[in-house]
Amino acid sequence: MNKLGAAGVALMAALAAGNLVAAEAAGTVKTVRGAVTVERGSQKVAAVPGMRVEAADRIATGPDGSVGITLRDQTMLTAGPNSLLGLDKYSFDSTTHGGELDANLKRGSLAVISGKLAKASPESVRFRTDSVTLGVRGTEFILEAAGGQ
Amino acid sequence: MTPVVIVAAGMLAIILNHHPDPPQPDRVVLLPDAKGGAGSVVVRAAGGERVLSEAFAAADVSPDGRITERRETAESVKARYGALLDAQPPRPVAWTVYFQTGTDRLTAESRTVFATIKEELAKRPAPEIGVVGHTDRVGRLEDNDALSKRRAEAVKNQLVEAGIDASRIDTAGRGEREPLVPTADEVAEARNRRAEISVR
Repeated sequence: MNKLGAAGVALMAALAAGNLVAAEAAGTVKTVRGAVTVERGSQKVAAVPGMRVEAADRIATGPDGSVGITLRDQTMLTAGPNSLLGLDKYSFDSTTHGGELDANLKRGSLAVISGKLAKASPESVRFRTDSVTLGVRGTEFILEAAGGQ
Repeated sequence: MTPVVIVAAGMLAIILNHHPDPPQPDRVVLLPDAKGGAGSVVVRAAGGERVLSEAFAAADVSPDGRITERRETAESVKARYGALLDAQPPRPVAWTVYFQTGTDRLTAESRTVFATIKEELAKRPAPEIGVVGHTDRVGRLEDNDALSKRRAEAVKNQLVEAGIDASRIDTAGRGEREPLVPTADEVAEARNRRAEISVR
């Protein structure tokens, strides 16, 4: 590969990482403090307000970091410092309010205000750590995972 | 020499065994909701299942799945989680608008909320608008799904005319599933022919 080709590949990779084009957004990053990254597949980018979040994304915060995300069904997820959150599954049908939310907190803290999905389909909303699974009936709560400490 | 090393190693092992890092539990805390009540969460682990249903009810879950119930207070939550709660996005706010009889045009009164919505958008980080159309229970479910979606689209068009960026607005039709005023099927009810505009 010549130099120009290598530069082109690097540029395309940078563009792809910068955009993280979402197939169907699960939600939107609203607040960011400190170091926060969103990982999608092998890509990893710094989170900024307005960034779309998709199912299967992993959100990581640094020692000074926090991030607030509002999902399409108005579920609000806020991760505190040193957190690793996987949005393992997310779907929401805005007509029927059916769908699924499966979030996995590997470490750190997570404040949740549940949304339309938990109200209409509480059995399909789950929050997990390595040792506990929460089922949710329309509510607000905090989940803290000791993992990695 | 060798027996001394073995004894020393043995003592070290005893000291380490007597002072292990206590395994940290995972924690769950139920908070009061915006209306002052609390919903509930079901806590499931290897050691069983508990339901938390009062504000500040809490549970510790050990790595091997034992659940211990606790109580938090407003003060203890603020001390441990104040920064986390401060980082939460602003809560969504919503307005209900109504349609002129037999049209997808909003009533004049309903159009006055547009200025309020624009003010709300200016206050929020990365704001988005969701417009959800509703119908009364006259007609078939499928037809009402389509009608409610058309109503939501009509409201979106009017928001765009009022100067709001179309890319921030999504629309949905809930049909007759979520009446404001519950009625029997096939009952005409103006208050159910509406749209909800929420800013999140």
